[in-house]
Amino acid sequence: MLYRENGQFKTNYRADQQIFPIRQDRIAVALLLAAAFVAVPLLADEYLLRAILIPFLILSLAALGLNVLVGYCGQISLGAGAFMAVGAYAAYNFFVRIDGMPLLAAVLLGGACATIVGVLFGIPSLRIKGLYLAVATLAAQFFTDWAFLRIKWFTNDSPSGSVAVAGLQLFGVPIESPVQKYLFCLGMVVVFALLVKNLVRGHIGREWMAIRDMDVAASVIGIRPVYAKLTAFAVSSFIVGVAGALWAFVYLGSWEPAAFNINRSFDLLFMIIIGGLGSVMGSFFGAAFIVFLPIILDQALPALGNAVGMPIDTATVSHFVFMIFGGLIVFFLIVEPHGIARLWSTGKEKLRLWPFPH
Amino acid sequence: MKLKSIALAAAAAAVAVSSLLAAPAAQAQAKEQFFPGLPYRTGPYGPNGTPWANGYADYLKLVNAKGGINGVKIVYEECETGYDTARGVECYERLKGKHGGATLFQPLSTGITFALTDKAPVDKIPLITAGYGRSESQDGLVFGWNFPLAGTYWVGADVLIQHIAKKEGGFDKLKGKKFALVYHDSPYGKEPIALLQERSKAHGFDLQLLPVTHPGVEQKATWLQIRQSRPDYVLLWGWGVMNSVALKEAQATGFPRDKMYGVWWSAAEPDVKDVGDGAKGYNGLAMQHGAHPNAKVTKEILALVHDKGQGTGTKEEVGSVLYMRGAMSAMLAVEGVRRAQERYGKGKWMSGEQTRWGLENLALDQKKLEALGFGEVMRPVSTTCADHMGPAWARIHTWDGSKWGFTSDWYQADEAIIKPLVKATAAKYAAEKKITPRTPQQCQS
Repeated sequence: MLYRENGQFKTNYRADQQIFPIRQDRIAVALLLAAAFVAVPLLADEYLLRAILIPFLILSLAALGLNVLVGYCGQISLGAGAFMAVGAYAAYNFFVRIDGMPLLAAVLLGGACATIVGVLFGIPSLRIKGLYLAVATLAAQFFTDWAFLRIKWFTNDSPSGSVAVAGLQLFGVPIESPVQKYLFCLGMVVVFALLVKNLVRGHIGREWMAIRDMDVAASVIGIRPVYAKLTAFAVSSFIVGVAGALWAFVYLGSWEPAAFNINRSFDLLFMIIIGGLGSVMGSFFGAAFIVFLPIILDQALPALGNAVGMPIDTATVSHFVFMIFGGLIVFFLIVEPHGIARLWSTGKEKLRLWPFPH
Repeated sequence: MKLKSIALAAAAAAVAVSSLLAAPAAQAQAKEQFFPGLPYRTGPYGPNGTPWANGYADYLKLVNAKGGINGVKIVYEECETGYDTARGVECYERLKGKHGGATLFQPLSTGITFALTDKAPVDKIPLITAGYGRSESQDGLVFGWNFPLAGTYWVGADVLIQHIAKKEGGFDKLKGKKFALVYHDSPYGKEPIALLQERSKAHGFDLQLLPVTHPGVEQKATWLQIRQSRPDYVLLWGWGVMNSVALKEAQATGFPRDKMYGVWWSAAEPDVKDVGDGAKGYNGLAMQHGAHPNAKVTKEILALVHDKGQGTGTKEEVGSVLYMRGAMSAMLAVEGVRRAQERYGKGKWMSGEQTRWGLENLALDQKKLEALGFGEVMRPVSTTCADHMGPAWARIHTWDGSKWGFTSDWYQADEAIIKPLVKATAAKYAAEKKITPRTPQQCQS
């Protein structure tokens, strides 16, 4: 009743091709952005910002980047953690070695370095496909783990191999308080989400999807696989690299290679599989699922135990969280194998017909 | 239909969760001193993390059973970190504001310590890292909120070299000897390298570095290298399952266990129990304390906590090495608050900043330690604003196949080597982080 496009006539191509063709969607997105930019900083407390929303935003960005490669171009990658690490350590080196390096430039240069490494590790994708490619990208993961643990130059000769940054600022405004950090991450995420949304709507995104759906057919109709696959690797690694730099600079502040280990890569892959492959929205859903759920369970279970008069100790809670979390992943994959994003669009379809479904 | 039921279930769950989360927040009180816990009872490091956490919790319960800190009761709440830095940061954020504000944190992980070191000065919450963390954080002028009480890795490495030199008959006998450091490939394992390199330059011994990747279950390649290079001594810098694997590999390789020396995190019951007789003769550092099943404090915990049915873990582990380390860490924290109360008012709630003053002015002499039941467990500790570690005493203890027993006298690290290293590294850190070190005048406030 409320959500339908009846009566919204498009009179020019511009209106027909906009990102959100339905007016209600535009209003909803505008409200969401207003809430994220204005209401959340006003209302959220430090814990919510620092421990939940900032990691959620940064991991959403990383999932978005990985979704370009896996969801849109169909190249399975297990190297997302590696590209995050490259972004983080490259940004770190630019930041500490060059005096007066602005934060934003360091982060973007970190992304640029990740792009180069990403393209390099993307070259095998021209020859190998599917699961074999996943194994090849795994090499990126182990290589970066090795490089950042062993090559002292990357960590600025720090004796323990752990590096740290301080004094972050953007155009003279310090990025120190949780609200500032949150807004900085939110700004980056919004810009990159818009960028990705437009890329995948454009000719390049269509090329990626053609390659994903059937690469032989795509090359027959004149799409160059080399170009399409490598651009997907480049765009994806750039975004993942930027996310890595943010994760290190803004969230952790001080980190070691273990922050970007193989588990990070798996987490990101799970995020997009659960959230929805080939969907911008899905990246956010997936990140929310993976970030929020364990924390909510971890806090709710002891409270629940106390409420029924059975205190649960920390170890048991932790084991339960693993079990319930795993169970929910399986549940969602059975109920909706195309991810939460598909659930979302099914919901929207139903809403259009509500309250009179045929 | 299906969608509707899922949506309904999700909404119901969300409501239930939010009501549960809201409930505990309302109970916050100011009169209770909140000690948060960041333990890890699961994962590959769980077997070692659990006794520490139990000792920590039990000692706090003991303090409460004896009437609190001058009447101020202690509230304790844990958040499982799994030895994971990102989870540790989340836990820190979750706990720091609860129950009127956290008094201090003890993360029991070098990685989490590194991440929290930046946050502590902002939140004004001290970090006690008894026997771990950054070695240069001993410098209280640069690291205003870190307290590596009782020892750092540089102290540990230095004492090991001293002990070996003594056994060999003097430092000059170390010339030409070969040492192999088998270490956990993380900031934790890399910490001692700087000091060992200094010592190796000074005494002319050869140092071989053998990293083991997390979690340390796979060490075949490492021990093959040891078999080839035949070092005179192996220094073990492991944690969790890595230690027992190393000992088993040593047994398989035939490397004599009595030539193996572990740091204090590699010398506890969980490390050697599975190996049993195979670990006989293996030596470890005892940071202040070792295993003390008969100490006064152990008996008190058994009588006042465990016999009342309030023990956190099993009765058997009370008095074991890591349990004692947890209890000692808790004791240092409680005494920091007690010392702060002497200045800011007895029987009052102490803020993080006030507690810091207490920790900076610790004066635990033998008499006080006796009264607390730690008389035979450790030696006196006193700190100043500039020195956040205090005198760090260590002994060597050896596994005889069934228990740990002391086999050396007390050692102290050589200040002539540690001091310049701490100064230089702390200064580098201050420059990188653009920190202006405190002056002695600022310390008084």
